[in-house]
Amino acid sequence: MPDTFFTTPPHWTWWIVPYFFVGGISGGALALGGLLHLVGREADRPMIRMAYYVAFIGAIISGFLLVVDLTRPLRFWHMLIQSETLRPMFKWWSPMSFGSWALLAFSAVALLLALGALYESGRLRRSWLRPFSRGLVANVLAILGILFGFFLAGYTGVLVSVTNRPVWADSNWIGMLFLFSGASTAAALLILLGGARDMAVTTRERLSKFDDAALVLELIALVIFVVSIGAAARVFLGWWGVLLVFGVLIAGILLPLAVSRGKVWRVARPHVTAAGLVLLGGFLLRVVVLLSSESVHLAGGRVIAP
Amino acid sequence: MAEPMGFFTDTTVCIGCKACEVGCKNWNQLPASEEPGQLSGFSYDNTVRLSGTTWRHVKFVEQFEQPYDGRWLMMSDVCKHCVQAGCLEVCPTGAIIRTEFDTVVIQSDSCNGCRDCIAACPFGVIDINPVSNTAQKCTLCYDRISVGLEPACSKACPTDSIQFGPIAELRERAQRRVEQLHEQGVEGAYLYGADPEGPLGGLNAFFLLVDEPEVYGLPREPGLPSRNLAPSAAYSTIGAAALAVTGLVTLRARRSEEVAAAEGRARVEE
Repeated sequence: MPDTFFTTPPHWTWWIVPYFFVGGISGGALALGGLLHLVGREADRPMIRMAYYVAFIGAIISGFLLVVDLTRPLRFWHMLIQSETLRPMFKWWSPMSFGSWALLAFSAVALLLALGALYESGRLRRSWLRPFSRGLVANVLAILGILFGFFLAGYTGVLVSVTNRPVWADSNWIGMLFLFSGASTAAALLILLGGARDMAVTTRERLSKFDDAALVLELIALVIFVVSIGAAARVFLGWWGVLLVFGVLIAGILLPLAVSRGKVWRVARPHVTAAGLVLLGGFLLRVVVLLSSESVHLAGGRVIAP
Repeated sequence: MAEPMGFFTDTTVCIGCKACEVGCKNWNQLPASEEPGQLSGFSYDNTVRLSGTTWRHVKFVEQFEQPYDGRWLMMSDVCKHCVQAGCLEVCPTGAIIRTEFDTVVIQSDSCNGCRDCIAACPFGVIDINPVSNTAQKCTLCYDRISVGLEPACSKACPTDSIQFGPIAELRERAQRRVEQLHEQGVEGAYLYGADPEGPLGGLNAFFLLVDEPEVYGLPREPGLPSRNLAPSAAYSTIGAAALAVTGLVTLRARRSEEVAAAEGRARVEE
């Protein structure tokens, strides 16, 4: 039995599962918005603005979920400031410490870009917001958005790997897996929102191509992840395995790829159907990875595992 | 810095009386149980595991194939006060500190309950105390040893299964006890966590065992969480680079698409 099974679960459950999902989408959206900002055209601007809004709203939701998950929520600021000395609290080698600062920086960049988007759309007419929508400052923010966005989407996987828990600490590929999943779910949500708000078809088509590529990368990372956990894969010899295969692999990756290409199943709105499935699969991926590990615990010196 | 202090727990003389558990709870004012009167249902052990309110726990390892053919192994488990501590390494608030006695202590007033330390501990020692709502574990009676007293558990132990003292002295004593047991025919006796060259730089609470570590619910090769940091971060960075290239290729607007879109708009306007 792997050494990671002789440990106690941290009870990261129904606040952290949605955080990992929303954080992935939020990070992916800011990165996609930044990439479109750099290589897109005028017709892409509504989608870019939407990506920035999604990223900022996602950052707010992420912060809320993280704070309420603490067993002493009013002490959330201890993550950033030492409670006794009031000096900055930062450990680069602790993903949770690094991630707390990165989420703060991410939120600041997402806020500025979202404000710039509001100015550009005419909803918030303040001249000092202009640099955040176009020009050098906006370009720098877009690049920062790509960096922080990819970080936010992937660091959660690194965080769970830097523990001693089953499944999580048995693989070093969860960060990459969550990163690809965050990018694919963000693209899927933007495709859905873009369709609902009648945004440029060419933008949505390119996002769909990106989503397909991200799904292929996610598929590769998922296979590597399952192989890499070795003997810990025994937790998947049950319902968690069923959910992983049917929910994540088939419904969340293979079906969307088949549907969006229209080769296996022909549906009326393939991109929309595929996007919905990608979001479902992305959520179930977090459910499986987090809760399968949570289900392993110790009792009387015995390992209780599914 | 004061001399490193710790526990040597000789499981061969533990009788499972749980005086250490009671002594610990008494001194540290911990509630008797999260669920008073509970029965485990699979063991004579009723406290089952270490937790936020049980900082000492006597494991009953009941090795019975037949009702009259088997043995009980007893082991008083506790925080190992690792020389390289995973909990201390990941704690994002700085609540977990190393003391002058080389022990590891959680400062409850700084902990915000993120529970990263619970996931990081290779021994499943830490958990949330539902009274304080913070992560808690054995402090090696920091308040007692600071004034020259022995920790409550070792003080209460009637068989000296739990011995407290300077680590160097305990290691010598433990080695002599292993040799004595070997001479008596207990060939399987060995020390777990006493080697400063071993995993985690050695444990300041180490054990004498007579069966495989897994039998006692202990990992064979406990490791630091940070062993995964560099490879995980590296793979994620490679993934981010791959995604960025994918994005630049797939999201780049092509002039032909723009012209087609513009022509489409023009037709609609006509």
